[in-house]
Amino acid sequence: MKRKTLERFSPFIVLAAVLLLWELIVRAFGVPEFIFPAPSQIAQQFAEFRGPLLEAAWKTFWVTMLGFAISIVVGVLLGFLIGSSRMAYQALYPLMVAFNAVPKAAVVPILVVWFGIGLGPGVLTAFLISFFPITVNIATGLATLEPELEDVLRVLGAKRWDVLTKVGLPRSMPYFYGSLKVAITLAFVGTVLAEMTAGDSGIGYLMQTAGSQQRMSLAFAGLVTIGAMAMAMYELFSWVEMRTTGWAHRGSQAA
Amino acid sequence: MAFVDFRNVWLAYNDELLAKGHYAVEDISLQVQEGEFIAIVGPSGCGKSTFMKLTTGLKMPSKGSITIGGQPVTGPLKISGMAFQAPSLLPWRTTVDNVLLPLEIVEPYRSHFKSKRKEYEAKARELLRSVGLAGYEDKFPWQLSGGMQQRASICRALVHEPKMLLLDEPFGALDAFTREELWCALRDLHAAQRFNVILVTHDLRESVFLADTVYCMSRSPGRFVVKRDIDLPRPRDLEVTYTPKFTEIVHELRGHIGAFRQPVGQPVGQAAPALPQ
Repeated sequence: MKRKTLERFSPFIVLAAVLLLWELIVRAFGVPEFIFPAPSQIAQQFAEFRGPLLEAAWKTFWVTMLGFAISIVVGVLLGFLIGSSRMAYQALYPLMVAFNAVPKAAVVPILVVWFGIGLGPGVLTAFLISFFPITVNIATGLATLEPELEDVLRVLGAKRWDVLTKVGLPRSMPYFYGSLKVAITLAFVGTVLAEMTAGDSGIGYLMQTAGSQQRMSLAFAGLVTIGAMAMAMYELFSWVEMRTTGWAHRGSQAA
Repeated sequence: MAFVDFRNVWLAYNDELLAKGHYAVEDISLQVQEGEFIAIVGPSGCGKSTFMKLTTGLKMPSKGSITIGGQPVTGPLKISGMAFQAPSLLPWRTTVDNVLLPLEIVEPYRSHFKSKRKEYEAKARELLRSVGLAGYEDKFPWQLSGGMQQRASICRALVHEPKMLLLDEPFGALDAFTREELWCALRDLHAAQRFNVILVTHDLRESVFLADTVYCMSRSPGRFVVKRDIDLPRPRDLEVTYTPKFTEIVHELRGHIGAFRQPVGQPVGQAAPALPQ
């Protein structure tokens, strides 16, 4: 019982310890604020620039969500296509891997030429960076069906579609939620990347500006904000995952 | 007329193998009467699973003909139900929902599934009860033991009242005691419903205890080499497995299996140690 409570609070304990250590080191060595600010200084910036920070965070958040929504739709459809047809898998997979390997930072300037400064590049970068894991996971879930089970159903006259909807899709749901957790954090990376190189608002833009003015504490405050948002979304999807596909996590339930 | 009728059936898995003359099964002929329980035994890789695919219409023979129930086989046969060594139940469905799965797919149940769901569910529960799974219907498969999962898997194969039940080493992964329990469960189901059973197994005692006729297969190419009628009276009790007659039949079949192995293995005389009498 005691151990369980400890386990539950362990992330917070570690967080507090890291912050404390950080504060102590910065103070002990007298590191100047414009090089590496202490947590207390970052907190102070939070209080001071609460308004602009919140506004930028909100902007970044919904741009990310928009890109993420597109990436779910496209990722699921592509994954479905690739996972259910060997032909499509052969034809599309190498191309997708190549595309995924392209550094997205290199793509942002191109997107700016096409869509101008503003929303477009942010949404698109978030999408481009995050759809791949979703596609791969859906495809894997569909492609790893037990052949015996497929035989059992095919004898009964099941069409491909029956097998996919009755078995393939439910089976790939845990993979899907797993990929959402990865994809959402990537989507934040994409948005901030676009905002830093070609934005006029959002956390990325705020950090870029603060950095160029050597206001390190404010830049760090931006970092913390993004981290917190990504973590919150991650936890949200973990929770949804546990609620909907608990059958795939029975080991952890029993513990 | 036989219910299942194989006449000189050969199968090569693809055209390339066919051209080279590599067959997975060769010159198979057998006749199974309605309601007959047959078992096929043989070393691994002898084409037993290929035989299953042929019987269910998932594979078409390269040569020869198969008729089942008087009809030539042209595609997947809905009158058959299958169960394998792995229970392969769906972990997101409860046990009763797993058993109901075939009814969501096979006609005529499929069209009525929504309107008659209650009726079908009652039927599935009854079936589960008959194999001793009362009280476990609403549990998830992963909450069941291996033997229980296998029982549920057999129920899934039987829920659409197939004329033919195909079992591919269904008890292979179970411990000896559970296996014997399931033999009895299968024996009782067969006695009550009189469907055809084709049981593929490694276990000679299992085949002799359950089947009316045992076929031995040789290894690649897969051929039937021995047909043995098991004339032990039914209903058979587990006690029968300890009688001299039973042991004698098992021993005789074991002799056939050993005989196929010799060309591949050691010289005669140094082969497997003699079985205890």
